[in-house]
Amino acid sequence: MSEAWAAVLAVGAGTAVLKAVGPVGVAGRSLPDRLTELLALIAPAILAALVVVETFGNGRSLVLDARLAGAGVGLVAVLLRAPLWLVVIVGAAATALVRAVS
Amino acid sequence: MRRGLRVGASIVPAAAALGASFGVLARTAHLDAAAAIVMSATTFAGSAQVAAVSVLGGGGGIAAAVVAALLLNARYAPIGISIAQSFRGSVLRRLAESQLVVDESWALAGGGTKQFDKRVFLTVGLMLWVAWTGGTAVGALLGSAIGEPSALGLDGAFAALFVALLATQLGDRRRVAAAAGGAVIAAALIPSAPAGVPIIAATAAVLVGWRR
Repeated sequence: MSEAWAAVLAVGAGTAVLKAVGPVGVAGRSLPDRLTELLALIAPAILAALVVVETFGNGRSLVLDARLAGAGVGLVAVLLRAPLWLVVIVGAAATALVRAVS
Repeated sequence: MRRGLRVGASIVPAAAALGASFGVLARTAHLDAAAAIVMSATTFAGSAQVAAVSVLGGGGGIAAAVVAALLLNARYAPIGISIAQSFRGSVLRRLAESQLVVDESWALAGGGTKQFDKRVFLTVGLMLWVAWTGGTAVGALLGSAIGEPSALGLDGAFAALFVALLATQLGDRRRVAAAAGGAVIAAALIPSAPAGVPIIAATAAVLVGWRR
């Protein structure tokens, strides 16, 4: 089995468990507020790390390249309240354009 | 039911288009079309799927990809618990219905409030699942037909997409602090740690936000 398929199946199984914890395992109880707050902070922390890695990471070095244009134009699109799929397209287009002319 | 269809219809096009983006991006991590479609059908959680693909494409390996994706999906535990009392019937039925939990189906059905509407949740969740999986199929098949990913700027598309997903998460100061901490940790670790580790280590930034 390829690495990609193994990851697909493991993420699928793990996510199914996380989604089922409440509806299947917990009846009418709730998590402590502090724990819920802590879990809510994981997503922003990881997504910010992914922004850094995908924009500046290149193996084990930090670099400035055409991807910065993609992230920057993406940010402008977000500020203009563009839908996510449009952010993806303009991000790719800006990156490809800068790469083609540089 | 009718209210669910109306609410769901408002976001189906966006979900399908984003699913198509994921299908195209998946090929940068050498996921074949079938793997991308199976991932959308089973995981059904956008940011975790893109994160897994990003880590795999960056050479981070299976373990790092799976851990990063599951950390992103950890929020589904408290989200599921917040609506748990609305689920009835056999374990199998509750298990199946729980898989329709995504941020949008939960929020649009009034999740976390007394007005939570289970039928709206199921209708919207099912519509989103069909749109997301179908969109992925279109994107994955399209993706295998197109050329070199970097010439199309697909690597920059990841950066842009994560910027957009992050923007939806910055609701209060503690979340902003956690995001800033996560970015600093990742930047500091990239030169010394293997691919994937900087992303997972960024989770430590929750402690920055939590203390406030």
